[in-house]
Amino acid sequence: MSWISTVSLWILPLLLLTVLIHAAVKKIPAYDSFVEGGKDGFQLAISLIPYLVGMMVAISVFRASGAMELLLGSIKPFLIFIGVPADIVPLAFIRPISGAGALGMMSDLLAEHGPDSFIGRLASTMQGSTDTTLYVLTVYFGAAGIKYMGDALKVGLLADAAGVAASIIIVTIVFGS
Amino acid sequence: MVHAIWIFMLTTGIITAMFNGRMENVSEAIFSGAEEAVTLCFGLISIMVFWLGIMNIARKSGLMDIFTKLLRPVAVRLFPDVPAGHPAMGYIMSNITANLMGLGNAATPMGIKAIKELKKLNGGKDEASRPMITLMALNTASLTLIPTTVIAIRMNYGSASPAEIVGTTIFATACSTIAALCIDRYFYFRRFRKRKEYS
Repeated sequence: MSWISTVSLWILPLLLLTVLIHAAVKKIPAYDSFVEGGKDGFQLAISLIPYLVGMMVAISVFRASGAMELLLGSIKPFLIFIGVPADIVPLAFIRPISGAGALGMMSDLLAEHGPDSFIGRLASTMQGSTDTTLYVLTVYFGAAGIKYMGDALKVGLLADAAGVAASIIIVTIVFGS
Repeated sequence: MVHAIWIFMLTTGIITAMFNGRMENVSEAIFSGAEEAVTLCFGLISIMVFWLGIMNIARKSGLMDIFTKLLRPVAVRLFPDVPAGHPAMGYIMSNITANLMGLGNAATPMGIKAIKELKKLNGGKDEASRPMITLMALNTASLTLIPTTVIAIRMNYGSASPAEIVGTTIFATACSTIAALCIDRYFYFRRFRKRKEYS
């Protein structure tokens, strides 16, 4: 455990060190290149504002109005029927839509059931194993000015469903229910 | 499809609130959601400026080319439409590597750069090309080796062994990544067939 946190602390600085030493060896004006590249970053981040504002307003209205709970309530019996534990349903559902929402929900589950319970382990696995599809697509395609996403959203959401199924199966096998 | 989801979330939200008396929460949510989004973007500025700066050094010194060459065998299979020496490949590979190492915030700027390069490759059109969809599939499935955030939260809640979920997470994320790639291929061949029928 301690080695994992050590590794994650060391990765970034070591990466930086490699880049800088390589630049020094190749006699590249590193600082000028950094500034030049960094200028794009500001533009990019700012250009994302309208995309994210649109998406996040919609998500928070959807959640605050109770429409989310209604939708969940209507599909919950089906999900429980195919073997999804009832406590985990809201998390599985919100994970692709809202990263912050999922993080909050996972913390609630860990607080309620304990991190080492079956639900706690399942929630942790689910949280770690997929990303917020809607956010990823909004940010990447928004910043690059791609208007027509093609099949990207369908692919992302179907992959999320596969991730949820895989989490449930592997946690049941490894830790038992 | 995004348009449909966006309109669906907003309209059903507002209509639901008409019936259950949560209109006040909805008005609040509009502003809190907008504020949250802007805060997020401002948080992204520092990360984007820093990582794109570092990436530019790596690109100029040739480090990125070395790196791309190392991963070429994998890259060519995943992205058959991108020429092996194209700058997009360098960004794609750095994006995937950053995701693998759990450096989510470093992965984002590189992924955006990759999509921009792929857009140039696609003649500047504003529709998603095949390699873009593959890259998005990989990113939404987020193949991770060390789920750092989750481990940190488990530690906070006093888990006896916060990292015990690393194994199950790697398995689940590998499954969703493989599924993403298969689904991506499936949709691609379906589009391909449709186009053939028309022509």
